Amino acid sequence: MNFDYDSEQNDLREAVRGLLARAYPDSEQRRAVVSADPGFDEKTWSRLAEMGLLGLPFPEDDGGMGAGPVEVAIVAEEIGRVLAPEPFIEAVVLAGGLVAAAGSAAQRGEVLGALAEGGLVPAFAHAEPRTRWSTTAQGVTATQDGGSWTLTGVKEPVPNGARADVLVVSAVLDGGGTGLFLVPGDAEGLARTGYRNHDGTRSAHVGFENTPAEPLGDGGDQTASIERALAEARIAYAHEALGAMDSALRITAEYLKTRKQFGVTLNKFQALTFRASDMYVSLELARSIALWASMVQEAGGDVVQAADRARLQVSRAGRHIGEEAIQLHGGIGMTAEYSVGHYTSRLTAIDHLLGDGDWALARLAATVNSYETVDPLGAPYA
Amino acid sequence: MRLQLSPELEAFREEMRTYFTTQVPQEIRDTVAAHRHLSKEQYVEAMRTLNAAGLAVPHWPVEWGGKDWTPLQRHIWREEMQLANVPEPLPFNASMIGPVIAAFGSQEQKERFLPKTANLDIWWCQGFSEPDAGSDLASLRTTAVRDGDDWVVNGQKTWTTLGQHADWIFCLCRTDPTAEKKQRGISLLVFPMDSPGVTLRPIELIDGGREVNEVFFEDVRVPAENLIGEENRGWDYAKFLLGNERVGIARIGSTKRLLAQAKEHLREITIDGRPLADDPFMAARIAELENDLVALELTALRVVANSADGKPHPASSVLKLRGSELQQAATELIVDIAGPLSLASFAEKDSDVPDWARAATPHYLNYRKVSIYGGSNEVQRTIIAGSILGL
Repeated sequence: MNFDYDSEQNDLREAVRGLLARAYPDSEQRRAVVSADPGFDEKTWSRLAEMGLLGLPFPEDDGGMGAGPVEVAIVAEEIGRVLAPEPFIEAVVLAGGLVAAAGSAAQRGEVLGALAEGGLVPAFAHAEPRTRWSTTAQGVTATQDGGSWTLTGVKEPVPNGARADVLVVSAVLDGGGTGLFLVPGDAEGLARTGYRNHDGTRSAHVGFENTPAEPLGDGGDQTASIERALAEARIAYAHEALGAMDSALRITAEYLKTRKQFGVTLNKFQALTFRASDMYVSLELARSIALWASMVQEAGGDVVQAADRARLQVSRAGRHIGEEAIQLHGGIGMTAEYSVGHYTSRLTAIDHLLGDGDWALARLAATVNSYETVDPLGAPYA
Repeated sequence: MRLQLSPELEAFREEMRTYFTTQVPQEIRDTVAAHRHLSKEQYVEAMRTLNAAGLAVPHWPVEWGGKDWTPLQRHIWREEMQLANVPEPLPFNASMIGPVIAAFGSQEQKERFLPKTANLDIWWCQGFSEPDAGSDLASLRTTAVRDGDDWVVNGQKTWTTLGQHADWIFCLCRTDPTAEKKQRGISLLVFPMDSPGVTLRPIELIDGGREVNEVFFEDVRVPAENLIGEENRGWDYAKFLLGNERVGIARIGSTKRLLAQAKEHLREITIDGRPLADDPFMAARIAELENDLVALELTALRVVANSADGKPHPASSVLKLRGSELQQAATELIVDIAGPLSLASFAEKDSDVPDWARAATPHYLNYRKVSIYGGSNEVQRTIIAGSILGL
């Protein structure tokens, strides 16, 4: 058992941190980038590709780097640290991860190769209006006619759905089950309307009307692939949240040391410093479980339950730290000009992207009577 | 990064588990599992059983019975002990005065005290807190004045846990009232509890138990040779000792055991004919606590895996704070599961209320102490704010 990063992983972190620090030296730069479509910086996206990060988790045969979950976690944490709006988790870990898991060799080569080079942004179209987080599709149906397939229905909100060059779409199959399909951005019968999310990122309403679609891999029910890809994305989001929480706490502590009221700096008030201490406790507990979830993934353990555990802890921590960071600042924390509130907004978005804390808790609660105690170093995790 | 324990550590864990679950008398482990107070004889038997196997003081120097284990091995040893409901070696002996004498005592003191301390042939108690010196320990007022070959001790200690069983006390005394800083004029003396002038008065607690005491000193004569280390350096030894006190204070294995018991109790209680275990709200409370405990256990593992170079990991201060909160939350949960049965705390033999439900509320009330002792949680927050966040 070992929680240390190796030297290559530390080098990767330094490189990513350096790149993102140049791209987002302050929160004004991020504000400028997210004020215009597509809500991220295409040049920064290209630089991430040049560094090999957009193919990080994919096999080398598919044009990737063959790196593991810990490397993905490092990139996600650095993205969170500066709130970089580039859709690394959405495009690479989630949409790319689905293609890597379920796609044919030809589809993997085509999609993942272009994604790794920075020439193609995929997005996973899965959420549907008036539903909650789910592994299955309900409102978009797939119809087979001879050798070809079409999709009909609505997906929304689809993160980066308007900018995406290709959509990975979940849809109800004729015979039941949920299939996965590739739909190019210029497909017939595809209507996309993009908009801005509260955290500066973008989503879209995506309508399908007899839209031609290509089944991913051999077709058929892909629920298991979806469950696994969502779990891996939840773990990556846990690390993005760690980076964001770490920054929010650091910014808050700095402010307490410099802001003066009643003739003294705010860190003279125990009512404030104790609350900052509690934020640190939340952060470190969340960090432990996020690191663990990545190690479970690497060890081939029960990644779905590990992701649920990380989701629950990080959801609680993200709300706690995000809310307190604003409160400890006072009015300045409410303003768009100041950085800290943007961290809270992003943490709130991450929390609701693939299932929040209560959602994860309900899944964990359903299993508590099936075992006596939890051993994080034993079955089913290691 | 790697999740799994090495094969050697897996074998070590199995060895500990087997020993604790087969060699420590079942009747003692049942008393711990039932959250009943252990008798003096049970404490002594448990510690001597461990000491016979070299498992009572593994963290001491090897020449005095230590094992030269890594911090991770010590963590596994402690966790397995708690999971098996084995009473931990008496902390006043094993974690407090033993390591201090081993580090700062004279050769003569080491030979005189350490073997008997490891075997619980001497039962030690702690003379630290005073009525006006709690978290602000350095304000203590008990004095020791030199008179010929003796120190003469006068004053009062309080919160002396299990002092009623103790043979000896280790006692912080003010030996230089003129010292510029109040921390500088304190010395550490040890003396028998049956010395003339020592009186002990039990303090009844809100759970009905009498585990702590007040201790009064009236012209107690202590031979000069019973000074541990150097005169007026007692504060350094106290800090060293309290650092050891916080090791293992998270008590993760013990809380894990409590949650497992909570699940059993949920199956035993019915609500409208259905087991309480089927109630989704109760299941959610268990699941949330269990997840908090996983996060704490992993944090403890990060700390022990990283503390090999002797420097404390920054996250270590989280362990006491969160560990005590989770112990308290688990005892609170069991009171809630007992529900109306939780009132029957002192029901006698012919009561139909199960034993665990009778013990639930006294246990909960007793555990309010864990966020107070060992440096209160507010002291921990002060440490985090100051030494980690720089506030």
